[in-house]
Amino acid sequence: MRTSIVEALRQGISEAMEKDPSVFCLGEDISIPGGFGGAFTVTLGLEARFPRRMINTPISEAAIFGMACGAAAVGMRPIADVQYGDFLLNAGSQIVNQIAKLRYMSGGSVKLPLVMRAPVGVTGRGAQHSQNLESFFLSCPGIKIVAPSTAYDALGLIRTAIQDDDPVLVFEHKLLYGSKGARAETGTVDASSEIPDRYYEIPIGKGIIRKSGKDMTLIGSLLMSHFNGLAASELAKDGIDCEVIDLRSIWPLDMELILGSVKKTGRVVIVEEGPKQGGIGAEIGTRIAEAMPDYLLAPVTRVAAPNTPAPFSPVLEKLYVPQPQRIAETVRNLVAKY
Amino acid sequence: MKKEKAAPGGIVEKVSAAETIGLYTTMVEIREFEDKIRFLFLEGNMPGTVHQYVGQEACAAGVCAALQPDDVIASTHRPHGHAIARGLTMESIAAELYGRRTGCCKGKGGSMHIGDLARGMLPAIATVGDNIPIIAGMALAFKMRDEKRVAVSFFGDGATNEGAFHEGLNCAAVYNLPAVFVCENNLYGASTPMSMVMKVKDVAERAAAYGMRSSIADGMNVFDVYEKASQAINVARAGEGPTLLELKTFRYSGHSRRDPNNYMSKEEKEVWKQRDPIQSCEKVLIESGVLSQEKIDAIRGTVSQKVEAAMKYAQESPFPSPEAIEEGLYVGMGVPQ
Repeated sequence: MRTSIVEALRQGISEAMEKDPSVFCLGEDISIPGGFGGAFTVTLGLEARFPRRMINTPISEAAIFGMACGAAAVGMRPIADVQYGDFLLNAGSQIVNQIAKLRYMSGGSVKLPLVMRAPVGVTGRGAQHSQNLESFFLSCPGIKIVAPSTAYDALGLIRTAIQDDDPVLVFEHKLLYGSKGARAETGTVDASSEIPDRYYEIPIGKGIIRKSGKDMTLIGSLLMSHFNGLAASELAKDGIDCEVIDLRSIWPLDMELILGSVKKTGRVVIVEEGPKQGGIGAEIGTRIAEAMPDYLLAPVTRVAAPNTPAPFSPVLEKLYVPQPQRIAETVRNLVAKY
Repeated sequence: MKKEKAAPGGIVEKVSAAETIGLYTTMVEIREFEDKIRFLFLEGNMPGTVHQYVGQEACAAGVCAALQPDDVIASTHRPHGHAIARGLTMESIAAELYGRRTGCCKGKGGSMHIGDLARGMLPAIATVGDNIPIIAGMALAFKMRDEKRVAVSFFGDGATNEGAFHEGLNCAAVYNLPAVFVCENNLYGASTPMSMVMKVKDVAERAAAYGMRSSIADGMNVFDVYEKASQAINVARAGEGPTLLELKTFRYSGHSRRDPNNYMSKEEKEVWKQRDPIQSCEKVLIESGVLSQEKIDAIRGTVSQKVEAAMKYAQESPFPSPEAIEEGLYVGMGVPQ
């Protein structure tokens, strides 16, 4: 039976709570009987199993992340979540000024083992419920960032994140969750997986090659990893053999994997759902250009959203998010020219 | 409260002689330390910036004396007084101010982040109001684990206009947490008078918005602070929920560094200095026969030597090694390149 990302996350969270009494969840609408189980049903039903450790909070993001920080500093392992990633910014000072910096400014004595979960993605809700915030937090030393694009990855990464002794930010994609019922998303992309019976973890800081190829490296995460896969299938028909890298971790970046691939293909397109301006592509692209100018057959190229907030109109939204066709078109042009 | 030999006379009757001397000594330590820091800073001997605590000594001394060793406090950009009262060594504080590797944060924090969680003080949180939800989280952890520990947040009047104050106090009230929120109301947020930025007369009134208990103490009177803080801490420890404790106080110094606080009138400063927490405490100690003038002079002398020794230790301590720049960020890995 295939498992969805919400089910995988729920499994990872509940098995950690069973194993370790210091693990607990806090967030909005996460533990109301008859309620949502969080905005996308990840924690559905957990309040019945762990009545004292599912802390349903007021709509107070600064308090959610501030309390997670305080609880972690005295030995708990909180899992804090927001309904939409955009609301991380309501807790901006707690995350960026406290959680990311407390250990460093304490001289390495304070330990903050906490997980922050945040749904991202442009999904028919307009500019304030659509941001891909990975690049905001990429410029924030002190936080590790993961982004599971399949249910298998979601379970492996949430297991690792909960056990990690540093703050880990988990970006989850609304269209990949596989939420059901009233919380189901239109436009959902199947990210379900077969989950093996044997226990496994996925290390933070390691990416994965979803499809190997020799002509072009396509880099992305979350929804864009799926779109890169679709673009690669399309391009295969034209005889262009793409290697598809799913980052899995946004920080640390698996530069070894990326550079190894680019060394082989000589061409790279970095695809991201958020604006190109100050994006993940800028970071990865510069690193590639710095590390291996001699191997590049073509300029490092980015496919991203325009440098605007996300528009609402479905017509504009479809133009905004890089679609598989746009990715494929970019690759074709590059291969033709170089 | 312990009852060994009760000190005679009105205000101190509930406090033992030993506790009284402890409260007094802590205040003197803070005053002497801050005076020395001010001198060294103006001499150009000390790097960075400083926010001084002179005038507010009774607040830190009175509240921290009411705590148990495994309780936790969190402070602000003005943390020297809290650190001394909480029992961090003066050497480790001074060395931190000098950016030395022997500092309580290994020279990585500086004046505004003084603290040592192992000694019950989170490295100070210098963005205004942000320690409030963090303290709520510590109290939440204590409550979830059924520990009889209390978490105490110190902040100023200015912080009560921050969203973090609202969110943190509301959560602490909703979850009935073992926390005390200590507002040291020194009447000014940097240069802005409190009356310009809030309509309430007492910050304590704001507790009603959260269904939270509140009390007010004279922040220039260490006995009053100690008594009201003990009540709030005992209530929290007994599982009966948080308190917003307002301490009416005054800072003699400017907000930071070379601020000459010209926005405070001479008269206002004089009125408050007439109520100096250390002098008034001395008066009580002498009148009640707890300490003689000679004993007081001896305490002051000892403290003065302790401060000098701490500064010497700091000045002679090594700076962090260059490699330290990338140390202590993550637990299980170095800094990714």
